[in-house]
Amino acid sequence: MKKHVEFKNHQREIFHFQMRLVVCVGFVLVLLAILLARLVYLQAIRYGYYQTLAESNRIFVVPIVPNRGLILDRNGIELARNYSGYTLEINPNKVTDLEATIDNLSKLIEVTQKDRKRFKKQLAESRDLETLMIRSKLSDEEVARFAAQQYRFPGVEIKARLFRDYPFGEKTAHLIGYIGRINESEVRWLEDGGLAANYRGSEYIGKTGLEQSYESELHGTTGLEQIEVDAGGRAVRMLSSTAPISGNTLILSVDMKLQEIAEKSFGDYRGALVAIDPNNGDVLAFVSQPGYDPNLFIDGIDTQSWNELNNSPDVPLNNRALRGQYPPGSTFKPFMALAGLHFNIRKPEQAISDQGVFYLQGSSRQYRDWRKGGHGSVNMFKSIVVSCDTYYYGLAMELGIDNIFDYLTSFGFGKKTGLDLEGETSGLLPSQEWKMRRYQQIWYPGDTVSVGIGQGYSLVTPLQLAFATATLANDGVAFKPHLVKEIRSLRSSENRFIAKDPIYDLNIDQAHLDLVKRAMVGVTQSGGTAVYATQGAPYRIAGKTGTAQVIAMKQGEKYDAEKVAERHRDHAWFVAFAPAEDPKIALAVLVENGGHGGVTAAPIARKVMDYYLLGKMPTPLTVKEVKEAGEHD
Amino acid sequence: MTRKQLWQRFISHIDRPLMLGIGLLLLTSLLVLYSADNASWAQPLNQMRNIVVALVCMWLVANLPLHYLMRTAVPIYVLGMALLVSVALFGEISHGARRWLNLGVMNIQPSELMKIGVPLMMAWYFERNEATLTLKNYAIAALLLLMPVALIARQPDLGTSLLISASGFYVLFLAGLSWKVIGGLTVAGIASAPFLWSGLHDYQRHRILMLLDPSQDPLGNGYHTIQASIAVGSGGILGKGYLNGTQTHLDFLPERTTDFIFAVFSEEFGLIGNLFLLSLYAFVVMRGFIITGNASTYFTRLMAGSITLTFATYTFVNMGMVSGILPIVGVPLPLISYGGTSMLTLMLGFGMLMSIETHKQLVKT
Repeated sequence: MKKHVEFKNHQREIFHFQMRLVVCVGFVLVLLAILLARLVYLQAIRYGYYQTLAESNRIFVVPIVPNRGLILDRNGIELARNYSGYTLEINPNKVTDLEATIDNLSKLIEVTQKDRKRFKKQLAESRDLETLMIRSKLSDEEVARFAAQQYRFPGVEIKARLFRDYPFGEKTAHLIGYIGRINESEVRWLEDGGLAANYRGSEYIGKTGLEQSYESELHGTTGLEQIEVDAGGRAVRMLSSTAPISGNTLILSVDMKLQEIAEKSFGDYRGALVAIDPNNGDVLAFVSQPGYDPNLFIDGIDTQSWNELNNSPDVPLNNRALRGQYPPGSTFKPFMALAGLHFNIRKPEQAISDQGVFYLQGSSRQYRDWRKGGHGSVNMFKSIVVSCDTYYYGLAMELGIDNIFDYLTSFGFGKKTGLDLEGETSGLLPSQEWKMRRYQQIWYPGDTVSVGIGQGYSLVTPLQLAFATATLANDGVAFKPHLVKEIRSLRSSENRFIAKDPIYDLNIDQAHLDLVKRAMVGVTQSGGTAVYATQGAPYRIAGKTGTAQVIAMKQGEKYDAEKVAERHRDHAWFVAFAPAEDPKIALAVLVENGGHGGVTAAPIARKVMDYYLLGKMPTPLTVKEVKEAGEHD
Repeated sequence: MTRKQLWQRFISHIDRPLMLGIGLLLLTSLLVLYSADNASWAQPLNQMRNIVVALVCMWLVANLPLHYLMRTAVPIYVLGMALLVSVALFGEISHGARRWLNLGVMNIQPSELMKIGVPLMMAWYFERNEATLTLKNYAIAALLLLMPVALIARQPDLGTSLLISASGFYVLFLAGLSWKVIGGLTVAGIASAPFLWSGLHDYQRHRILMLLDPSQDPLGNGYHTIQASIAVGSGGILGKGYLNGTQTHLDFLPERTTDFIFAVFSEEFGLIGNLFLLSLYAFVVMRGFIITGNASTYFTRLMAGSITLTFATYTFVNMGMVSGILPIVGVPLPLISYGGTSMLTLMLGFGMLMSIETHKQLVKT
């Protein structure tokens, strides 16, 4: 009986056990199903995704940054060049403790606070897996010292890179500008313009000057290397490679020697000079004083230097030639005279009697000539030679603002000249419509009187005045001014020339031109306002002095240069072209707070023209030496 | 005795279907190792030596009559416990864990011994008390399990302690632990999860967190998981071809001859290869279940079931961890990963399965 029960129990036990075993088999089948599902998911459904990941793991596309194009002056002198140097770079993805690594590095190679700050800034902005510079311009000794210790610094390496250099420093700052590290807004700009691919690996972009306006020519085409790498980032083999194409070389119309002479001639004065070949629009010299050292900006300027430049009362960062807007003063007069002839308001021989004061009809307000008592009988020729104000007060009134506006607009006043630099300002040529828009006021006759002698609302840039002078010198045939003459491509070894066709012809009556030009020659001769700076020149100079008021004079007040604070003294202008019969150079010179154009601005023009026309280096005659001559404008 | 008879005698205790499955898996191991070791013979040759040693041990165990097998249970368990205590007291620290015991001649990892020792001891205990099983017996068996598990978990070696827990649990389950108790334990386990979490080491928590989102730390703890998933996924349906796995041969895969060898296989042989591999494993496991079902004694049933289920579990855990559904616990892929110790343990298990299958007639009669 007992045995029977045990036997039954045993049967049941076997049955129970086998039930449990079935559960186990089911459990294993569930595990199998889970695995299968996962593998199907990874290998069939998500195959494409993981395939891409595996490829990007394996293939590393290394951009090869092209060499930036050079910038040469018209005689082949290098104004912007590249030199190779060593940098110390860190790959943040391969360094676990950046701070400690940099601390250790600094024991070996000097790493300044500035370098650290710059590195942190780059780190915050860095894109994908690039290496970041911690130190630039390593000396050979530093390179050797690091190379011996390199094994201690995984992820840190020395790289040879090309650096940009501006050998003339501040002399070309306003012309060439500078490059700098690509910032976030430029990244966006590149992306929007579809240029991001060509800028992979590029760290620099033109920020100002020609470096900016010719960025697309200078940058070049980025090359690519597709490299298979292992997990340690070591290259296994190269899969494909496309060589980079260097940027194009810019050949400027600017003559660097002329530029240097012009710059030097300013001495301590602030101001601007633009010299143009009137026959083709070549800009021969483009000066804005003072300059600054563009080399400071390339790898990010430090705060102290930036504050010095930015807060200086001399405003060295302001490109006066391109963006400075000043009242044209008496330099307007030759153009006003042409307008008078054009609209037949004045005959050349028609003379006025200048008593030194001009009154508007029905007004007691005085418009004074610069010369107390006036110039006596003044015809058009004399009006330019002696710069008679009274003559032009009356002429302006008779012309009316609408005619003045139309005629002077044709010479480019109040408009951008279209020079190949970014940021040009357009000056201001006032009109009735403009005044209404700007001040919601009607135009008063008194406004016209001021415009007649280049005061009041009118503003010009040195570039505009040089362009207008060049157009006048070339008998009304205008050429668009340009700084870049040729673009040389290394790829095709072909030079592209900047268009040399005139942009328009004003069709000025030759008799009118002859008169005004003759009068402008008179300015530089005995009895003229610029005679002291131009005497003895073996070629004839046609010129016109000008004075731009910095502070307005009250009625009846007398301007006294000695009593006025230096910064409130008048700006001095001189526009000129030479030789007068066959002009080869036209220029505009502005000397800030220079007082009288004939005294401070004309000597600068003379030196520039002497060098350009005669190849003569200037005598050490400075602006101040002719100052006592003191003839008024 | 003719040569044929000698051969018959030699293989008389070898279970042919099981041997076939194991043999194919071992061949696969050599094939994949050659690729994983960057077309070098170094590791495949070492592995071949490991296989030979393990096969000899398996043959010996397979020829061992079952009552001898049973007799080894207590000594192995006691020795294992002694070694675990020694490790806790004098063990070598490597990678922040105290797992190894330096015996002068060789370093041994006692937890490996317990993979066999624990289920063996528990099965022996149940066999002894077969006639009068009460809940108290289950509790004592559970205690036999928990002592070594606690010591191993303290080393810390969470992966091994969990896997040994599993093999012990399989014994309890097959021994007929009531569903109510299982349910109660499950509830208790879930309830105590937060406490277990706070008891984990930082690196263990990291591994679990990384599993949930490996992209959080792509160059650190998530790296293994991400690179393994990429290797498996980029293998696609047909695979990249033998010796052509880019993840493998360009060093992106970590530990690719040991814990991550499945990623190498998956990358080069694709989904098709994986189906084949899973079928092989399933075949071995099913054969194990058949042996379990045929086993004649309580002890052998429990032992065979536990060995089979443990084998299946190891396979699942390894593949699950490589394919990114389980945390990285450092479990090799059975029979394929490079390594002598795990190979030996597994083959001892298979030797027992064969012994159970081929000696059952003797017991029944």
